[in-house]
Amino acid sequence: MSATTQISAAPRAGKPATSELQRQRVRAAMWFLLPMIMALFVAAGWPLFRTIYFSFTNTSLNDLYGGDWVWFKNYLSVRELPSGRLRWSGTLADPKWWNAVWNTVKFSAVSVTIEAILGLMVALVLNAEFKGRGLVRAAILIPWAIPTIVSAKMWGWMLNDQFGMINDMLLNVGLIEQRIAWTANPDTAMLAVLVVDVWKTTPFMALLCLAGLQMIPRDIYEATKIDGVHPVKVFFKITLPLVRPALMVAIIFRMLDALRIFDLIYVLTPNSSATKTMSIISRENMFDFSNFAYGSAQSTLLFLMIAIFVVLYIWLGKVDLGGKEKN
Amino acid sequence: MKLFKNVMFYFAVVLIVVIAVFPFYYAILTSFKTGTAIFRVDYWPTNFDFGNYAAVLNNGSFPRNTLNSIFIASSTVAFALLLAVTASYALSRVRFRGRSLLLLTILAVSMFPQIAVLSGLFELIRFLGIYNTPWALIFSYTIFTLPFTVWVLTTFMRDLPIEIEEAAIVDGATPWQIITKVFMPLMWPALVTTGLLAFIGAWNEFLFALTFTSSNDTRTVPVAIALLSGASQHEIPWGTIMAASVLVTIPLVVLVLIFQRKIVAGLTAGGVKG
Repeated sequence: MSATTQISAAPRAGKPATSELQRQRVRAAMWFLLPMIMALFVAAGWPLFRTIYFSFTNTSLNDLYGGDWVWFKNYLSVRELPSGRLRWSGTLADPKWWNAVWNTVKFSAVSVTIEAILGLMVALVLNAEFKGRGLVRAAILIPWAIPTIVSAKMWGWMLNDQFGMINDMLLNVGLIEQRIAWTANPDTAMLAVLVVDVWKTTPFMALLCLAGLQMIPRDIYEATKIDGVHPVKVFFKITLPLVRPALMVAIIFRMLDALRIFDLIYVLTPNSSATKTMSIISRENMFDFSNFAYGSAQSTLLFLMIAIFVVLYIWLGKVDLGGKEKN
Repeated sequence: MKLFKNVMFYFAVVLIVVIAVFPFYYAILTSFKTGTAIFRVDYWPTNFDFGNYAAVLNNGSFPRNTLNSIFIASSTVAFALLLAVTASYALSRVRFRGRSLLLLTILAVSMFPQIAVLSGLFELIRFLGIYNTPWALIFSYTIFTLPFTVWVLTTFMRDLPIEIEEAAIVDGATPWQIITKVFMPLMWPALVTTGLLAFIGAWNEFLFALTFTSSNDTRTVPVAIALLSGASQHEIPWGTIMAASVLVTIPLVVLVLIFQRKIVAGLTAGGVKG
């Protein structure tokens, strides 16, 4: 590190300061950063590297150091059968994998879209001034505070086919004619997962949107009132563009979370191929089916997919994550 | 028209509150029912039977699981804050080459899908001999608590006025003294918020806890609840599950309600995962 240092909040561009004081500050900073960098390297960097390494071997769970390097065999390989036909194998030729990819993409796209819309709506309600606003804000924090496993169990009970309260209510109202096994039926399993996820994470979206809404100066709205602009037009021409940065950041954080979803599905709809996501099947391969290396290849693919998504999103959406522009 | 608008507005407010709160309310109702009462759908409290709570607290390893969760979550928070305070001072207050790159890397780590490090972590944890101990979880939780705490504390420290620090430098304070004597007293609100959010994250974590522990006594609460089973495979003990769920959720809900303003501020500063 060279000595181009300054006290950060008093930047004087173009004047490299080289005093002993500043050199001392940088030295101290390096020592302050070292433990954190080491911890992140050991807990994140190295394991990621090993996962990618495993994905190119045939390592098994029982013998972690006995694997041989097999290049891309876990990803895709082709073998000619004696009959002359080609046989493809590996994750990329595995229909179960593509089913999981499709489930993950479908779940993420639908849940995040619904959560963004509902979250914005809830935020608009909370942005209005009314009695008991604090209480309402506290109430919507509850789903967020409940552990995912607990909410999966709670909803699993409410969605129970025989004794569940949802079936009871829908029967009474007359919306359904017979009890539905929401979580076990392949046609409704994904719907059940979506409902629980939307319930649990809309508050998060709403709070982030609310923070964005509260930054909009009130006088803008007063001006539109005086000019008599229609509320719908105000929303699309003023509110939405101004809240967009906050919304974009909220959406990417939710999207990243949705793409790696594991716990909710593991507990709510276990062993349902209608909801198995990429995280679920790669863990299944690693630890339940003892295809350790194969599962590592699948998790590496998920990692790649998320990385590409993030880069595209930031690049196309011009998102400023966490206000780097400040200094 | 104005009245109609008001009615619709309050209807929306009530709907939001009911949907947000009802499932937890229903879990509490269920947790007080035993025997056949549990299979009857009620919307108002009818039974007050503490049988399920007694069953959860007396039988099995649930109390032990709770202690595990408390120990693991607190240690994770302490460890993360310890490393994050000094690191975020360096990241927010000292200008050095590669700082933005480092910040971006930290943000990237917080976006890791946990599954991507699972097999590598499993190997490392086996190698270190901490498989099936609390240390495996404290160690692995660093991956999501540390980047987040560093990120939020950095944002917070960046906004503290420069004059305080300049005064301390003029008085001859070393960087270490600036952190401990000048910044720490100002940072309590931020530390409480980030600590609490990291605690909730560690308390709720499931994938690592499921993978790196293998016996009833070392499990954390979420895994214990997920794996609670009845006498036979087809009989799910809903009453006990709901009692256990209520027990682990009440402290979180209370904490969140007490610190709600701070939590909202922390969430918006860090864009933490929910």
